[in-house]
Amino acid sequence: MHNLVYVLLRRIHVPLIVLVCVYAISILGFALIPGMDDKGNPWDMGFFHAFYFVSFMGTTIGFGEIPYPFTDAQRLWATVSIYATVFAWLYGIGAALSLLQDPAFQSTLRVNAFRRAVNLITEPFYLVCGYGDTGSTLVRALSEAGYRSVVIEIDQSRIIALELEDLGMPVPGLCADAAEPKILVMGGLNRPNCVGVIALTNVDAVNLNVAITAKLLRPRVATIARAESHSVEANMLSFGTDQVLNPFDTFAGRLALALHSPGMFLLYEWMTAVPHEPLREPLFPPHGRWVLCGYGRFGKAVYEKLIAEGVQVTVIEAMPEITNAPPGTISGSGAEASTLIEAGIKSAVGIVAGTDNDANNLSIIMTAHELKPSLFMVARQNQHQNSITFKAAKLDLTMKRGTVIANKIFALTSTPLLADFLQAAWRNSNEWANQLVSRIGGISGDEVPQTWTIEITPAASPALYAGIARGRRACIGDLCRDPRNRDECLPCIALMIKREDTVILLPENEELLRRGDHILLCGHFGAAQQMEWIARNHNVFDYLYSGEERASGSVWRWLTREKNQPPVSTPKP
Amino acid sequence: MNLEKVIFAFFIVLALTLNFGFFVGSIDNPVHHSVYELFAAIVVSLIATILKFGDRTHLGAVLLATSLVADLQLITAAVVWAVTEHVTHVGLTPHIMAIIVSLSGGALLANITSVILLVAETIAVRR
Repeated sequence: MHNLVYVLLRRIHVPLIVLVCVYAISILGFALIPGMDDKGNPWDMGFFHAFYFVSFMGTTIGFGEIPYPFTDAQRLWATVSIYATVFAWLYGIGAALSLLQDPAFQSTLRVNAFRRAVNLITEPFYLVCGYGDTGSTLVRALSEAGYRSVVIEIDQSRIIALELEDLGMPVPGLCADAAEPKILVMGGLNRPNCVGVIALTNVDAVNLNVAITAKLLRPRVATIARAESHSVEANMLSFGTDQVLNPFDTFAGRLALALHSPGMFLLYEWMTAVPHEPLREPLFPPHGRWVLCGYGRFGKAVYEKLIAEGVQVTVIEAMPEITNAPPGTISGSGAEASTLIEAGIKSAVGIVAGTDNDANNLSIIMTAHELKPSLFMVARQNQHQNSITFKAAKLDLTMKRGTVIANKIFALTSTPLLADFLQAAWRNSNEWANQLVSRIGGISGDEVPQTWTIEITPAASPALYAGIARGRRACIGDLCRDPRNRDECLPCIALMIKREDTVILLPENEELLRRGDHILLCGHFGAAQQMEWIARNHNVFDYLYSGEERASGSVWRWLTREKNQPPVSTPKP
Repeated sequence: MNLEKVIFAFFIVLALTLNFGFFVGSIDNPVHHSVYELFAAIVVSLIATILKFGDRTHLGAVLLATSLVADLQLITAAVVWAVTEHVTHVGLTPHIMAIIVSLSGGALLANITSVILLVAETIAVRR
């Protein structure tokens, strides 16, 4: 704030001095010029009357000649003074107004507003650097899930987009270079309620800077960074960045997963979806030869993944020599029918339009569709704003890079246990995933399932913890009982128990809970809130566990103690 | 030579000299103290204050403070003068004159402090 005052004061030096000088000269003139009183005697105005007269003359001009009518000499001086003071005021006010519109002053104002907004956040928040496609999707998802975030973005137009976005909760944004540690500190990095730093800018060097700054200043804060090159990725991991995402690898890996094991793909998509997204239909991609258009960084990653999966791929690339395309690559953009026919589109089962130009991708898809309507069509969507046209193209699969990365980060930040689960799930077959997906689909309704974690600790779930500590043999099945009627089940599935270093994937209903367990669940929206009851309310826990209502008052509990005492005190055989 | 420094030092020293000029003389004798000199001292002191605005250094802050003290003292002296002349019509009795001159004496001390700080800063700069 004081910054602002200094800028203001420094800029109005000259107008103020001009004003003081003009007033001084005018006052001095009136004090010196001899006057005449109403009886014609010589009369000196003096400084007191001179100051009074000049004060109102400068601002109003119209109280008349006070206290006695002026002599001609005084009128002459008054005329000069009127012009001088009016101009001095105009100059002063004009300078003050132009200062308010000054870009430097405005940016100081904005920085101050941003700093105030960050300081006002009392809840835990994430510091998101970069508000492109990925950043905006992530911030929206975080806001919808009730997490606060702060945005730093170098492009002013994206900050304006952030201000116009209706996110449901204030998200302070600053147009600045996130590579500067000072800016990160301004964004609240040093505040105790900053729980994570997410670096998503387009420039690897900036992301690296953000990650290292965060790790040095706040070693315990979660750091997630995006890295396009493998060397930067390794560099980031070397100093302990919690998660490094390579957009091309992640994205290509997801695409390969979709083609190779659609069940697993669906599981990944659902688990990492943004809340309230509609449930995506399962895909059944055909087996056979695929045509891949575009061999850039994305194309290369897709090619490697597909070849690793044992899928036959024909590549079409406009500049095969420069991009070091594999042998057998067809030269051309892929948007013309001749190139596609040359690549054997008639005998292929699917096409992946993976260039970095959305118009080209759509054109490739349209041409290929005309040549062979039964093709399985996959396109890469680069720009968020092209969603309408991609939807109209009726693609089998649209890969939105920003969304894939943003969803993954969202899942990692909101449910850290999910990373362990997905890693464990990866080792299972596609059939296993298919079964799980159909189970989840049965309970989650039209929207993607919600995932949440129950921790059996005294702080997170006091009732459950105390119950287990007393020797109650609560199991997963008890946890999933409906608090309104214990014979019914909540629409949820226990995905995983993390017990110290071991992981139990899809635990049975009879699996006993232990103190310190972390349980990952997924289910219909609202089931998580119901589950809070058994975790936190002692009476609900007793009811769900034994079917008996526990006496809630101390007196009644004392009266019924005889009945309840034996099972509690009896040691287990 | 830095023009800004010249102007800055000029006004600070001028504020002191004018203030001193008003102050010297018998403390209760109105003949020894010119109202024009007081007026000039106030105007120069105000300009010196404005020139000190916006300096973020510690020294700048202290300079601004001394200047504000000088302004306050001088303006109080002027108000006392105006009130006795025009409001209460007591006139410049030796008692009133002593009040006005002693107020300006206080301002003189503040202005001396300003100049001392200015000299100290100037000596510290070796170029």
